[in-house]
Amino acid sequence: MSKVIQVGMADYKTAINPGILMTAGLGSCVGVCLWDPVTKIGGLAHVMLPSSEQARKTDNKAKFADTAILALLKEMSGMGANLSRVVAKIAGGAQMFSFPGSSDIMRIGERNAKAVQEVLRQEKIKLIYTDVGGSYGRTIHFWTETGKLSIRTIEHGERIV
Amino acid sequence: MADEFMQLSDLQMDALKEIGNIGAGNAATSLSMMINRRIEMSVPQLKILPFPEVAEVIGGAEKLVVGVYLQLHGEAPGGMLFVLPLSSALTLADMLMGLSIGSTQKLGEMEHSALKEVGNILVATYLNSLTMFTGLDIYPSVPSLATDMAGAILSAVIYTLGVIGDHALVIETEFSEDNQQVVGHLFLLPEPGSLNTILERLGVNV
Repeated sequence: MSKVIQVGMADYKTAINPGILMTAGLGSCVGVCLWDPVTKIGGLAHVMLPSSEQARKTDNKAKFADTAILALLKEMSGMGANLSRVVAKIAGGAQMFSFPGSSDIMRIGERNAKAVQEVLRQEKIKLIYTDVGGSYGRTIHFWTETGKLSIRTIEHGERIV
Repeated sequence: MADEFMQLSDLQMDALKEIGNIGAGNAATSLSMMINRRIEMSVPQLKILPFPEVAEVIGGAEKLVVGVYLQLHGEAPGGMLFVLPLSSALTLADMLMGLSIGSTQKLGEMEHSALKEVGNILVATYLNSLTMFTGLDIYPSVPSLATDMAGAILSAVIYTLGVIGDHALVIETEFSEDNQQVVGHLFLLPEPGSLNTILERLGVNV
């Protein structure tokens, strides 16, 4: 049996084959899965906010798109992953509630997803799968053995990519 | 004060709980009148929780729930969330529409509006007490409803707190209908700045 490692909101974890990383109930948050196909080292971050720049307290690096991805890459590299090989899959960034005439701040899911994509681009990490947006929650499992990602939803089925 | 909620004194916690008690009491009465049944209410709990644990209060991140969320604007911004398991929401819909229990199998547009109206009334009565005690001008948005995993629903209402810290302060009351067919939770989620404002008005700021 492979071990399932749970990642909570505003947290990240790494694992090595045959570890399975999972995070439950992604709403406006984005799950960022990183994987080195050769060493089979993987990482999963449950990102809550787009940027640490406006935050008053930034010691929890896992909370923000910018700091979480960098910290995760660093940890994976320390475990022996080669960052030039690392690929990414992302899921989440939904808008669970909507209000008429609501401002940008409400579209937090969209902003999270954009920020994650931007940071991946800056770090030259190839984004090979994106499932973001909509107005529904997602639970994801990420297999370090195969790099496969399963995305489970309540009313929009399950997909494995 | 509080960059984080952790520095609250016992006196401050008690004051907040008491406000919750009165607010939720009024909300329970209005819910009881709407469905013409007795509603029991728990003693309000004031919890300061790390983000991953907030969903545990309502059965875990993957629990299927219905959430009615209202943003709070004005002098003490924040939000209020009424959450109940899907099964409870279906039963509550039956009660609201005068159907026999078990009739509603799915939440359609009509059920959505009925449940949003419940959220509206619970929040309005709760806020009435809060504004009466504090003299603060707080007004709610229109309600928005989502049926989904508890974690997904909560993340969408507590993310603003992430800018300031790693915890959410929730003042939570459990409502249950007489024979436990409907159980729901009402959360008041003040933003940290609002908490200071409320405490100040209550005369328990440090």
